Amino acid sequence: MEPKNPFTKAILAPVRKISTGDTLLWGTLLVLLLAGGAAWTWQYIEGLGITGMNRPVYWGVYITNFVFFIGLAHSGTFISAILRIAGQSWRAPLTRAAEAITLFSLPFGAGSIIIDMGHPERIFNLLFYGRYQSPILWDVTAVSLYMLSSIVFFYLSLIPDIALCRDRLTGAPRWQHRMYEVLALGWNHSPEQYRRLEKALDGMAVFMTMLVVTVHTVVSWLFGMTVQPGWHTALIGPFFLLGAILSGTAAVVIVLALLRKAYRLEKVLHLGLFNSLRKLLITFVLGWLYMMIAEHLTIGYSSMTEEMVVLTDKFSGAYAAVFWSMAALVFGVPLLVFLFKGKNNIGWMVFACVLINIGMWMERYIVIIPTEASPRLLTVMGQGSYLPALPEILITVACFAGMALLYAVFTRFFPIVPIWETAQELPGHAHAAETSPTGD
Amino acid sequence: MPRWGMVIDLDKCFACQSCTAACRMENNTPPAGKDQAGMGRTILWNEVLPFVEGEYPNVKATLLPRPCMHCDNPACIKVCPVQATYKNEEGLVLVDYNRCIGCRMCTVACPYAVRYFNWYAPEWPEDLKAHLNPEPEVQPRPKGVVEKCTFCVQRLRQARETAEAEGRTFQATDYVPACVQTCTAHARYFGDLDDPDSLVSKLAHSPRAFRMFEELGTQPKVFYLKQG
Repeated sequence: MEPKNPFTKAILAPVRKISTGDTLLWGTLLVLLLAGGAAWTWQYIEGLGITGMNRPVYWGVYITNFVFFIGLAHSGTFISAILRIAGQSWRAPLTRAAEAITLFSLPFGAGSIIIDMGHPERIFNLLFYGRYQSPILWDVTAVSLYMLSSIVFFYLSLIPDIALCRDRLTGAPRWQHRMYEVLALGWNHSPEQYRRLEKALDGMAVFMTMLVVTVHTVVSWLFGMTVQPGWHTALIGPFFLLGAILSGTAAVVIVLALLRKAYRLEKVLHLGLFNSLRKLLITFVLGWLYMMIAEHLTIGYSSMTEEMVVLTDKFSGAYAAVFWSMAALVFGVPLLVFLFKGKNNIGWMVFACVLINIGMWMERYIVIIPTEASPRLLTVMGQGSYLPALPEILITVACFAGMALLYAVFTRFFPIVPIWETAQELPGHAHAAETSPTGD
Repeated sequence: MPRWGMVIDLDKCFACQSCTAACRMENNTPPAGKDQAGMGRTILWNEVLPFVEGEYPNVKATLLPRPCMHCDNPACIKVCPVQATYKNEEGLVLVDYNRCIGCRMCTVACPYAVRYFNWYAPEWPEDLKAHLNPEPEVQPRPKGVVEKCTFCVQRLRQARETAEAEGRTFQATDYVPACVQTCTAHARYFGDLDDPDSLVSKLAHSPRAFRMFEELGTQPKVFYLKQG
């Protein structure tokens, strides 16, 4: 017996209806992705010299992208795992859309580290000679474990819906139907299967929650573990984590709005979801402000010489423009929008969330670059500077395009709203009715 | 085992930069060219850094020769994910160019900015190419790896080989890096810091002696003797 969900048809409707628009979109994204691939090949042949990186700014936008994409990935785990443990049943319709962001941004986060390496072909040295004293190895371990667990978590909750695709989409091409058959692992909607699945997901949610906290803290320690001014602070871990959850949740809003519009899922991805996310976002934005003040006040008040060089650069020096626009984009404008315009208004919500994500990318940039540009020893000789060069821009664009491409293709082959999780009734146990979408 | 260290007398140094030039010839660091130098990508294992403090007319300029500090507690080694940079039993901090993955975490972590990245494959003008040092330790490094001052580790090996060939015991005084040998003002001293009778050891205990960024706990083995 299938889960009873009045929206099954609506949710399955976008699957495998590949339109001309899709082909165009996928084509464009693919071209951008390939351009990035070409830029990387060029960089591999010539050396990292073709980037804008230099001495002392040894790390540039690749590392910024790494931090940003790993942060974006926190969306899914937050919504699915943390809110699952907290028993927030309203999240059901958006779990998969959020988890898919995790799944498809992680490869580009992890990939950015490899792109940044002078010898990417020596990546396996990390296995042969890996040394746990180095924060890089902490990152590699945490991120790969996170990627692996996300795939398992995502796939587990996808199985019942794949089974639905297998049973309902009989008109699909042979290979596609075969794919559903294999991936459904013989799921037949028995009550026992659902019971076990829920149990497995609950267990994994606890594990994923611990992992998500670890991952972004460890990412920040890439910087925090050095003695460099501006980086060497215990707050950097929690600050990175909060920023990650903020940008991830904002990304969920953007994705939901797009899916709703493009796939006519207005009834399923109802306005109530946006209002709930709005409340979360207000909390996170204020939390971000708290961290921002705590960090900069501590540094500014104690005014240690080398720390002040970096702080002044951010507040009134070479990076002031980026710093203050970042503050306006992440905090100022979005908070006003959320408070006064966001309620019951998806357009405004999306606007604020786009600003947050642009701002969060800039925030990662402003944490990384100014510290490098003013190293202890070289400050007195003159300020370092950095501007990304063409290959870096192409590769950055390609990362975003690649992520969007994976997402777009996925939504045409699998239901992006979990049918079984939003069902009114599941075989074997009465599923809480409030988890189902209330069309408004 | 000796613990190699260096002392630089800032009273004697007049910043002629012959240390930098000698280092370049000894260790085959490539010339960067004007554009690359403008981006700060010049590879100079030894640099003479000008510290300008104050504003005109009250300016004080200090010139500080800076090789690798060969720290006893090096920030670079801690962060290397593949142990490509390591400290040998004589306290020299070295890089395995065949293992380095080029992540540049060490360059970011080193507070003394002594570590250099090969942004491109190194190139030399024909005339210079004929004069590259043939020693195996200083063969041109490939692009994409980090390199740094080794206290001329090839000279240490040579000194040991010579001593052995001549049938005598190797003495700490048999070996000096190129910058020490060439120093016009005899401002640099080199030797075994663990030998209380060595000149470097005595100078390192001089009231004039200081180490750069002592507060960071890196325990550098390069000591400076204060000016004036």
